[in-house]
Amino acid sequence: MKKISVLAIFFLLQMSYVFAQDANALLQRVRDKLNLVNNYEADAVMKTDIYFLKVPQANVKVYFKKPDKLKIRNDKGISFVPKGAVSINLNNIIAGNKFTVINAGNTTIGNIPTTILKLLPEDENSNVILSTIYVDEKNSVIIKAKTTTKDNGTYDLEMNYGKYTEYGLPDKVVFIFNTKDYKMPKGVTFDYDDAEVKKNNDDNNKGGQAKIEIMYSSYKINKGVSDEIFK
Amino acid sequence: MWNLLQFELFKTFKKPRTYIAFAAIAAIVFLIQLALLINGKEYVQFILSSVDETLIIPYAKITNGYWICFAILNLLLIHVPILVALVSGDIIAGEANAGTLRLLLTKPISRTKLMLIKFLACVIYTLILLIWMAFLALFVSIILFGTNDLVVAKEFELLQIEKADVLWRYFAAFGFAAIALIVVAALSFFLSSISENSIGPIVATVSIIIVLTILSELRIPLYDKTLKPYLFTTHMLGWKGFFYIASNADGQTIRGSISNLAAVLKSLYILIAYIIIFTGSAIFIFNRKDILT
Repeated sequence: MKKISVLAIFFLLQMSYVFAQDANALLQRVRDKLNLVNNYEADAVMKTDIYFLKVPQANVKVYFKKPDKLKIRNDKGISFVPKGAVSINLNNIIAGNKFTVINAGNTTIGNIPTTILKLLPEDENSNVILSTIYVDEKNSVIIKAKTTTKDNGTYDLEMNYGKYTEYGLPDKVVFIFNTKDYKMPKGVTFDYDDAEVKKNNDDNNKGGQAKIEIMYSSYKINKGVSDEIFK
Repeated sequence: MWNLLQFELFKTFKKPRTYIAFAAIAAIVFLIQLALLINGKEYVQFILSSVDETLIIPYAKITNGYWICFAILNLLLIHVPILVALVSGDIIAGEANAGTLRLLLTKPISRTKLMLIKFLACVIYTLILLIWMAFLALFVSIILFGTNDLVVAKEFELLQIEKADVLWRYFAAFGFAAIALIVVAALSFFLSSISENSIGPIVATVSIIIVLTILSELRIPLYDKTLKPYLFTTHMLGWKGFFYIASNADGQTIRGSISNLAAVLKSLYILIAYIIIFTGSAIFIFNRKDILT
């Protein structure tokens, strides 16, 4: 009986080691693909859906430069960009090796079979508490990511791939994040009291979840991006 | 009639008091522009402090000429009525005080016509004052700060209007503001018609506007449905309605839209009704009045 128990424990340890090896290998494949991109400049359309913010759809340029520089710029107007948006570049989620990777099973997202990997940072002072990524093994790309942070709550990323799958760059990113409530004193705004104001007051208790959609139309990959853009 | 109107305008613009309003507006607009040129970022930070932790706010782009103009109008359009009253409160009572009203009525012209000419002079003064304010607040701000999208901060919402969709809204808003200020001119014109000296109507107009503005801004259920919908000060803010852009179900603003045009038009009709009531009452009273001075 004792021998069987020892063997079972040994077997389980071996299995978990093999799973960890698989998870690390899969993550490395994703990382290798993303590492093909040193920088890019992309044209995109940004749709903002934040309950207190009514803004037009914006044509933006997205700039990225290794290791972790990202900028969303609207040259023709104003765009409100969420502070955690730097994570829309997946490199910023899986860069470095300072985390433990755990294979958490498989699931299907929109007909795409994915492997769930949980990334636990080894640095106790890291702002990220846990990242969960859903990897399409066939194309070695991340389909979905959920990151929980100490300061900015949890944010979700959902990616659709098309023309630029070979570089691990998505055609569409949906970024879901938490916002704080917005309220201004009426004595400052001197609002015009039309019926819409009262209606909106009632509608505004929606909770603080917000969504940004970025639809990329084209990427210029590895053509060089000046550091000035990120200032 | 044209000669009499010219005469009224000549009298109005010959008084130094008339230019106090122009100088006051120029000074206020200049001071606000200077302050926002230096501390514009801090002011926007104060307004958007509750979202500053979540969003990257492009402060420099927000403090553009369109936004500066909106900030100026927000601060000024509550005070400009006081300046309007300086002339319209004096236009009849001032003559009565100076003893020239009786002399004026010896002219072969009906009292109704005379009152309409005097009121028209008040309207012209009000419009010139508004054009002066529009020139300084909008065009000078555009020259100094350039243009970009306009961000409008409401109590529970932030609205963004595309640059190309802003200018027509200002023209519409100034048109609405003209009607709103003519209501004030009509009120002080009415008070002027029942007074013998000009200080009374000016002070009374200012007091009425202050009291009614406070009532309009208070959120007391007792007044919300009984009193506020009928106060002209509630509807004077209707110019802002042109900047309340409509949005679709996804929260995207719709270019060229107004979220509640019907409410803006209703406010406009109520203001026009007030003009008719105040001016009509002034003419009615003046026609039956014994002019002793």
